[in-house]
Amino acid sequence: MKRVYPNKDFCIGCHICELACLTAHSKSKDLILAYTVERNEEGLSSCKHVHEGGPTCVALSCRHCDEPSCVAACISGALQKDPESGRTIYDREKCVGCWSCLMACPFGAIARHPLENKIVKCDLCHDRPGGPACVAACPNMALKQEERS
Amino acid sequence: MLFQPINRNYHDFSIVRDKDLCINCKVCVRQCSYEAHYWDETRKKVMHDNSKCVGCHRCEALCPTAALLIQKKRSDFKDNALWRPEFIKYIYKQADTGGVLLTGMGSPVNIPIYWDKLLLDASQVTNPSIDPLREPMELKTFLGSKPSKLEFSKTKDGSPKLKTKLAPQIELNYPLMFSAMSFGSINFNLHIAMARAATELGICYNTGEGGLHKSLYKYGKNTIVQVASGRFGVHRDFLNAGAGIEIKVGQGAKPGIGGHLPGEKINEMVSETRMVPLGSDAISPAPHHDIYSIEDLHQLIFALKEASEYRVPVSVKIAAVHNVAAIASGIVRAGADIVAIDGVRGGTGAAPGMIRDNVGIPIELALAAVDQRLRDEGIRNRASVVAAGGMRCSADVVKAIALGADACYIATSALLAVGCTLCAKCYTGKCPWGIATNDARLAKRQNPDVAAKKMVNLVHAWGHEIEEMLGGMGLNSIESLRGNRDKLRAVGLMDTEMDILGVKHAGR
Ligand code: SF4
Ligand code: SF4
Ligand code: SF4
Ligand code: SF4
Repeated sequence: MKRVYPNKDFCIGCHICELACLTAHSKSKDLILAYTVERNEEGLSSCKHVHEGGPTCVALSCRHCDEPSCVAACISGALQKDPESGRTIYDREKCVGCWSCLMACPFGAIARHPLENKIVKCDLCHDRPGGPACVAACPNMALKQEERS
Repeated sequence: MLFQPINRNYHDFSIVRDKDLCINCKVCVRQCSYEAHYWDETRKKVMHDNSKCVGCHRCEALCPTAALLIQKKRSDFKDNALWRPEFIKYIYKQADTGGVLLTGMGSPVNIPIYWDKLLLDASQVTNPSIDPLREPMELKTFLGSKPSKLEFSKTKDGSPKLKTKLAPQIELNYPLMFSAMSFGSINFNLHIAMARAATELGICYNTGEGGLHKSLYKYGKNTIVQVASGRFGVHRDFLNAGAGIEIKVGQGAKPGIGGHLPGEKINEMVSETRMVPLGSDAISPAPHHDIYSIEDLHQLIFALKEASEYRVPVSVKIAAVHNVAAIASGIVRAGADIVAIDGVRGGTGAAPGMIRDNVGIPIELALAAVDQRLRDEGIRNRASVVAAGGMRCSADVVKAIALGADACYIATSALLAVGCTLCAKCYTGKCPWGIATNDARLAKRQNPDVAAKKMVNLVHAWGHEIEEMLGGMGLNSIESLRGNRDKLRAVGLMDTEMDILGVKHAGR
């Protein structure tokens, strides 16, 4: 399946991917409203997080693993592997906020929702016509969506 | 001006932040390597210090809400035709520091730009123009010494065979090359991008005086290796790595001046490639201490030809100065296969501002003078002429070729293609666009995949335009334009200028 791969050699740590993610998952689809209103009032947050160590930066999000530890750990069936698309999908309704997945994910790619007992996780922008928002927004081609064996 | 030098507030730029648009996301804070933007923890918002801004526009370009405007500071000194603001500020600065004023990039001063005063011809009625989309159009260019005559012998079956031994040539798909920018003055990401772009385009890039990193030897067919006064990174393998060797005598931005790559820019990779100790300053002397005459130059040219077994042409690059035509003649007679001339508007990573803005002559005049002199002396065929120094667009290139250039070197335009905004602060090593810097945090802003693509696009675009212009003139090959000054007319030039350029006034 096509995954989003970060390139740590050319990630410049601008965090623009986070802003793109935030906007893509907002109600308004407007960066200014998403960042200043929805983020504060509804706890809207980015599924992607840029990590920095020395001069190196890398933007991490759910890897949509072939054998996801989070799915195995999820007690409510909220996390599932979609056999068709290969994505690790999240059903917000079923999630009970037990954080088992958070502890299970080897990449630390799942975050707690800031206000509710829910998680925040990359959905690969599956319903966004242009593909993943972070990939489209990255100014340095440090994110690529591609098939890799 | 609390706790600041008294002239600190006479800065050049103002940062204007649109309050309705700014979301305090700190993208600008992270992008500005001069720390002009900062996060104010007490006020809980992004603030800025105008006096630190160098006007590179990086923050403006990356601000996700387009909230930023980088403007010239609107404060004016009292009008004065003599004491223009830059001179006033220079004096304040020097009164503070007691030092030479350093700068980067090409000269911004108002030296006449003859490209703007030259117009091209086109076919009407009496000769048909050519549509480059329908008919073949040849931009292929060969650089190197051409024979004075060709001799043929007959093979057994009676067909002719070339008897004359041809001198080595550099083959280019476009009459363009990426000019010398040393590894160190610009970083490795851009060197690899230039190497890849040149390879894809079938042109050459020039290593500049910093040697060639071993991982780039594989692009040798599209590389011109440079030997300058510091001899950095020069050894046998280096001399044999490229498609040509260039002796750099001078540079348009700083004729008569050596180079100085500060120790901070000498990281491990640069040190290895230049063969200088880590962190030590790399100083290129002003002259080559083994070239004090044309005879000395002759020796070096042939030493390099020997070292490379006469397989590649040797170029000599000089800055355009007053006696450029006579000097070029000497260079050709000394055995150079290519003469590269860098005009007063050529760029640099660092130069004293006074030199950059006051020494040298415009490339248009230098080029015309050199081409004419070599023709008059009957030695024009013995070397190709490459023009450098401020070619802004394809029309400048076409005009340069009509004035007699075989090809043009482009460097500033290649850097503009990858984001440079000509802020001219290259010498600080903090280039926010990741170009003139070896700081790992900044250098990675140039992803070679992106940079190479942009350079390739630029040359493709210029190539198409050159074909259009040629076609319009009824020419189907760049060869027919070389030195064809009849395709140029001047507007608003004096007789002396037209005489030097060898062009008629428009209407004649
Ligand atoms: S947008 Fe691209 S360069 Fe910027 S932080 Fe994200 S991955 Fe890195
Ligand atoms: S990048 Fe733009 S929106 Fe973000 S803090 Fe700076 S000015 Fe504001
Ligand atoms: S120096 Fe460049 S990045 Fe910094 S504030 Fe000025 S224009 Fe923006
Ligand atoms: S290379 Fe960088 S520092 Fe130099 S002019 Fe361009 S943007 Fe400015």
